[in-house]
Order: sequence, then structure tokens, then C-alpha cells
Amino acid sequence: MKHLVALCALLIPPVLAEAGEPIATGDLGLVVERASGSVLIIDRSDHGAVGRVEGLGDLSHASLTYSPDERFAYVFGRDGGLSKVDMLQQEAVARTVQAGNSIGGAISDDGKLVAVSNYEPGGVKVFDADTLNLVADIPAAGKTIGLVDIPGRRFVWTVWDTGEVFLGDFSGEAPVITALGNAGANPFDAVVTDDAHTYLVGLFGEKGVTAFDLWAEKPGPRKFLTDYGKTGEDMPVYKMPHLQGWAFTEGQYALPAVGRHELLWVDRESLKQVAATPVHGQPVFVIAQPASPFVWVNFATPLNDTVQVVDSRSHEVVATLTPGKAILHMEFAPRGAEVWISSRDDNKVLIYDTRRREKVAEIDAQAPSGIFFTARAHQPGL
Amino acid sequence: MRSAALLLALAMPCAAEVAPERAAELTHMVTQDCGSCHGLTRKGGLGSPLTADALDHAAPETLAEIILDGIPDTAMPPWRPLLSEEEALWIARFLKQD
Repeated sequence: MKHLVALCALLIPPVLAEAGEPIATGDLGLVVERASGSVLIIDRSDHGAVGRVEGLGDLSHASLTYSPDERFAYVFGRDGGLSKVDMLQQEAVARTVQAGNSIGGAISDDGKLVAVSNYEPGGVKVFDADTLNLVADIPAAGKTIGLVDIPGRRFVWTVWDTGEVFLGDFSGEAPVITALGNAGANPFDAVVTDDAHTYLVGLFGEKGVTAFDLWAEKPGPRKFLTDYGKTGEDMPVYKMPHLQGWAFTEGQYALPAVGRHELLWVDRESLKQVAATPVHGQPVFVIAQPASPFVWVNFATPLNDTVQVVDSRSHEVVATLTPGKAILHMEFAPRGAEVWISSRDDNKVLIYDTRRREKVAEIDAQAPSGIFFTARAHQPGL
Repeated sequence: MRSAALLLALAMPCAAEVAPERAAELTHMVTQDCGSCHGLTRKGGLGSPLTADALDHAAPETLAEIILDGIPDTAMPPWRPLLSEEEALWIARFLKQD
């Protein structure tokens, strides 16, 4: 412990350590340190770590979301812990263990409510973002996944066991929950497009992706990609793909094929597949580099030392990088100049210039997984 | 790390067929890769809990088979391409003792 404190002290530049010095959060971020229950506070402009907040529980499969003012992060832990982290004070200011096992969460568009997607017991719990007091408890018939916010204090989520999709409206006195229909067998994750128009649900138990038009009066399921890879044998999936950060680019969705070493390109309007790109392994994250035609892909174990860059116009792999061991996540600077890549087994976050595709800096972190810049505060669905 | 591996080797004489270095790799794999679905603390997630308590009544040989061949129609994949039978059995015993 003493060593850790000393390490933190070394990492913190004097400018932040001085009391009373004003700090802005716009270029800060957090890195989840999955094995130690901590988050590392990072400064994007300085390529540095500026602090660490500990005691956040089991952060395997952790994610987080930011308050609209970018001051607070809500960290969702595997163990059902929901922690509110103050980016300025560098400490957890509220924490509740709200379920036995949870998977992620979302914040309402106005920043007033935080919703958590739970595995055990299955359902969605909604909390006051200020106090973390429970506001609503919506049980489900199984594990809930793919929880996203949409405008008007509403959330959408899906049930892994049953395939049901629900829309919860929390803008009134009492929550109004509407069933939107069935997405299909064992939906593993879901995501909402950047314009909050389409909720896309990825299926594990059958081939396909199901789209819900959230701008429609009565959104219903529309299944597509139902026969991809039908000519080959599926391979084992050693890590479920993640859909948050799914690439929407050039009028297309770039989607991870499940059980295949491929990216699938689908026209956003027609929902027809337009191309498939053979890639290095089972894709996990497929993320668009902002302000560019490129998407970056990382892969499931044991092929997780590689990142590939694919051009969304030609659907060709244009670069194959091997940044480090166990690459778990990538986060772009909001304007796309850099990508920050977590290498779990090298205990480092690697910073790449996206034009040269070369490493420009690295930061020590303990078994890093998700990287989250505060700019996420202003994007629907994140 | 070496002392941890040594300790494991001492604690599990029946798993001596896996070399200490490989044992350390397998331990890491259980925590990180199995942990993706079953939780770093093995209390469960998308996958069922894998604590010693939860596996109390399961035979190591049965667990090793599940590890190697997966469970059809679930998210549990076959790990046979990545693990030998000895290694799967080692993991099964490791889970039951840890």
C-alpha cells in the first residue's frame, strides 16, 4: 500500500497536487484497472496519469459513464457496485452495492438518473445521479444487457435469456415501461446509433442482428444479417464482442461477425450486407476513428495482441499493428488524432498517433481494460 | 510469481503434470479469460459461478470435459484448441481447491 501511495505521488504532476489550482476535466479520462478495483485518472493532453481512485470493488467487465458537467464518473462494477467518482477530488463520493452481479449502465440525457443493468437478480435499477438513492427497480425475466439512454429521460434494454427489448420512460411521476418486441435468441449486447435513431441488438443464440427504429411511433424488431458465414464452420467465441463503440461510418454499420474472423458491412438504410472483411481474429471492439474513413478492431484471446485498421470505403485492412499483450480496449481522442489502447498483460496504456499509426507515448496502468474520456458525457448512448 | 507457482505446485501434488511456468500461465488465464464471463472472483456473470463452493459436487473430470468441449447452445466455448487434457484437468482441480 505504501508503495502504491508513493507511486501515485510520483505520477501526479505538481500542478494538480497544489491546492486551489483550478482544473478542467474536458481532457481527462479514466482507465479501468480491472484486477485491482481501481480507476486511473488520465490527462489526454499531457499523456499522463494524474491520480488513482481505489476501492471500487470487482471491476472485471466494468464500464462507466459521465455526468453532463464531466465532473463525476459513475462506475459500474461486476459485483453490483455503483460508484460515483469525483474527477476533481479524485475520490469516490458515493457508492452503493445495488445488486449481486451487474454488467453496465447508462446516464439519462439530462444527467439526473443513472440506470444499471443487472445480471443477478436480473433487471434494471435506476438511481438519483446526485445521491445514488434508488428511484426505480424494474425486474426482468433474466440477465439484462445493452442498456442505453435515449433522449427524454428514457432507457432501452434487452434480456439475454428471453430476447425481450424494453423501453423505460422515467420522465414522469412513475416509470412507464413498454415492451418493444423480441430481438431473438440470446442477445449478447446492444447499442444505439449516434443519432439515437436505431437500437441494434447483436444475437449470439442465432445468426443475425435486430434493429429497432426508435423514431417510430411503435418501434418493432427488424432482423438482418440472418445468414452470414453460412458457407463455413463457426469457430469458438472466446470473448463476446462488445457493441458499444460499434462503428457507424460511410452510411454503413461495421459489425463483428460472431464465431467468425470477419467484419460485416451493412448499409444503414437497406440493412443489406454490402461486404465482409476477413480479419485477424474474432472481433471484440469495432470502433470508428472520428473524422476519418477508418475503423479499428481488436480481437478475442488468444489472438488479442493485434489491432487492425480497416478502410470503410474499400473494406480492406490497411494496417495491422501489434501494440502489446492482451489488447482489451481502444478509445479515440474526440477529434480522432490519437487512439489510446489498453494492454492488460503489459500493464500499459499505449497512445498512438492515428495518422502515422505509431506509438507516441505510454502510461503505466495495472491490468488496464476500458478507457473512457470525459467527452463521452456529450454523446447519446454513452 | 515464481513463489506463487511453487506454492500452487506444493498445494496440488496431483497436478504435477503441468510445469510451474505453464501453471502460472493457466492461473492467469483462469483469472483473466475465464474471468471475462465468470468474473475475476469467479462469482459468475454471463457464465455460472466457478467458486470452490459452487463446484463442490462436480467431478474434476466432468469439469475438464466442459472446459475442453464447451456446452453446446450456450456461450461456453470449447477450449480444446488452446488446452491439453492435462491442462484442463489441472484447471478443474485448481478451481475446486482455490
